[in-house]
Amino acid sequence: MAEPLRGAPELPRSERMKVPRHPMPAQDPHTRRRNFDEVALGYAPEIALAEAQRCLQCPNPPCVKGCPVGIDIPAFIDLLRRGDVAGSLVKLKETNTLPAICGRVCPQEEQCEVVCVVAKRGEPVAIGRLERFVADWEREHSPVSVPELAPPSGMKVAVVGSGPAGLACAAELARAGHAVTIFEALHKPGGVLVYGIPQFRLPKEIVTYEIDALHAMGVEIRGDFVVGKTATVHELFWELGYDAVFLGTGAGLPYFLGIPGENYLGVLSANEFLTRVNLMKAYDFPHHDTPVRPGRRVAVVGSGNVAMDCLRTAKRLGAEEVICVYRRTRNESPARKEELEHAEEEGIDFRWLSAPLAIHGNAEGFVTAMQIQRMELGEPDVSGRRRPVPIPGSEYEIAVDTVIVAIGQGPNPLATRSTPGLALNRHGNIVVDPETLQTSIPGVFAGGDIVTGAATVILAMGAGKQAARGIDAWLGRLAAGEVEKPRLE
Amino acid sequence: MFAIVSREQIAPRFHRFVVSAPQIARKHRPGQFVIVMPEELGERIPLTIAQADAAAGTITLVVQEVGKTTMAMGRMNGGDSFVSVVGPLGTPTHIERFGTVVCVGGGAGIAPILPIAAGMKAAGNQILTILGGRTHELVILREEMGAVSDEIFFTTDDGSFGRRGLVTQALADLIAERGRPDLVVAIGPAVMMRAVAELTRPMGIKTWASLNSIMVDGTGMCGACRVVVGGQTRFVCVDGPEFDAHEVDFDLLIKRLRMYLPQEQVARERYLEQCRCHAQGGHHG
Repeated sequence: MAEPLRGAPELPRSERMKVPRHPMPAQDPHTRRRNFDEVALGYAPEIALAEAQRCLQCPNPPCVKGCPVGIDIPAFIDLLRRGDVAGSLVKLKETNTLPAICGRVCPQEEQCEVVCVVAKRGEPVAIGRLERFVADWEREHSPVSVPELAPPSGMKVAVVGSGPAGLACAAELARAGHAVTIFEALHKPGGVLVYGIPQFRLPKEIVTYEIDALHAMGVEIRGDFVVGKTATVHELFWELGYDAVFLGTGAGLPYFLGIPGENYLGVLSANEFLTRVNLMKAYDFPHHDTPVRPGRRVAVVGSGNVAMDCLRTAKRLGAEEVICVYRRTRNESPARKEELEHAEEEGIDFRWLSAPLAIHGNAEGFVTAMQIQRMELGEPDVSGRRRPVPIPGSEYEIAVDTVIVAIGQGPNPLATRSTPGLALNRHGNIVVDPETLQTSIPGVFAGGDIVTGAATVILAMGAGKQAARGIDAWLGRLAAGEVEKPRLE
Repeated sequence: MFAIVSREQIAPRFHRFVVSAPQIARKHRPGQFVIVMPEELGERIPLTIAQADAAAGTITLVVQEVGKTTMAMGRMNGGDSFVSVVGPLGTPTHIERFGTVVCVGGGAGIAPILPIAAGMKAAGNQILTILGGRTHELVILREEMGAVSDEIFFTTDDGSFGRRGLVTQALADLIAERGRPDLVVAIGPAVMMRAVAELTRPMGIKTWASLNSIMVDGTGMCGACRVVVGGQTRFVCVDGPEFDAHEVDFDLLIKRLRMYLPQEQVARERYLEQCRCHAQGGHHG
């Protein structure tokens, strides 16, 4: 049994504001840019308790409204401060199925922490770090706990995709007593948590733990199963006997730039680069069989979180120069501030206001250079950000041997195209009822990036949970004979 | 895990696997492929399904030893398992009654052409088949291909079997003798498919090629397999593997297939070294 955590006293309100926010211990930049170990090391227990003491316990807390899934933040922090870590985790899990993951990858600085009242006179309470601490502490000190499951309903649900949306949906449905199978196209479950987000930001052991917890709840996971190919949605209903289907297939279709030279060898999508390194462990080639070309001079196009992951991964693979090419400025960069800072500390060369024009290669077809156009900011565009405008005559070239395109992903069409009658928007995303997350086909639900376009882990997770409620209600009506399973042929 | 029912060596460096994969066997259509990851630390490689038996729940794969992964597969046997087999992937062959279909298969490309020839035959086409290889033993699956062909012709580079020369020469003569076929389907090394495309293009004969590019996931997620067809970037894994051969940029495909040559050599040498160590140790029988 773990030693219980001794709580910390409640500070007078006026004292709480005086305690400065506790910095996150992190691996030294010079060390970490040569390894794949986690960068942020996590709070020690005494730091976590001291940070928890900073929370004002607002009666009408704005942080809860800032959270996409409405976690009762003051409550989980108060339980932690009292030393009741197990209770704190239960509180978190009421609304967040994956706190160890969200505590690491959520953009708290633009969600819960940006509205924290403490931030009005200093720095906000480190809500994300506390969430991570609670989840990590329980994972390291307690056996996997199986939440109480409702008695078996006799209903079977197919969850398509094992990313954050699918995992959250499966957990909720299992709790409600339904038999759940997750279908995953790759050989390993976890979706973007496994193929996309690198080890140094989200250790895979944490994802494995969450998946083990699902197994413990009786959820079946079938890898190597591509819905749309191995079986259609129709067949899930009528041949494999499922009573409802959840589509959480994510944003798995890479966008390319559409500029000349994009098919030279050494130009690859962020998805390919990250999948080779994270899922297939190409950083450990030849011990693992999948290779990745170790670039010496690597350019990454884009400046979102995926771009940051590519930049920092390329550095860790031993690249001498790693260059971020982005057509706007640091202010418009969609990456989390923390990721940008980490990348800067690790020696990434940021070229702001730079748009790729063309990629050049040699006779063997390998990339040799990228032509870049300097930009300046003009009038705001539809996104409200100032539109980058080319500066005539400002083109220049950089020598590179690898170009990684990280400008976003679209919805993967394999499941949607093979499902007749499924309403999609013009981008190919699935259209759903905003309350139940049911699609245009009764009994088929959807959530996460396949609905919203590429977004965050917490939003996908929240959608998975929300869809589970819609599915639960639908299964009730199915049992009562009020609705019928759909025929899609 | 996907159990290997049997492995049989059908030619030097060629192996035929029968693998238990009921769901894939049931859904398979000609032209589709699977991605196989043989072992835990392995890589994912695309392999065309040569035959599928829905009743037995098995698929047949023909594997040519070229690199570490396929060499290691050649040492696996019935009773062993592949860690991952996923599919059937890719767009199935468009099968209809065209009239006369010439199926041109070279080397390892003979295996993927088998289900297409069978499907085309079943749809009422006349099937004329040309199979080629470097030498006698490398012209594989002759009986199986013969069974689904109305006529079959063989070529070898060294003249040890059938006619001496390349499949394109046999194809040119066949067209000269019999007139234009309605469709040519060519599967084999990229240089062979390019040569077939160059031969049939001026004659305006509809020609398909099945491309064998490098893949990771096989579901359109990574774009490693991209090729240029008719000036457009396409993904072999979801848009293909078959394309109009006259529109394919084969030069680019050939370059892209060479992407990881240095790494492939490292892996192969390391593997052979390990095999030698095992052999010298002599404890493993």
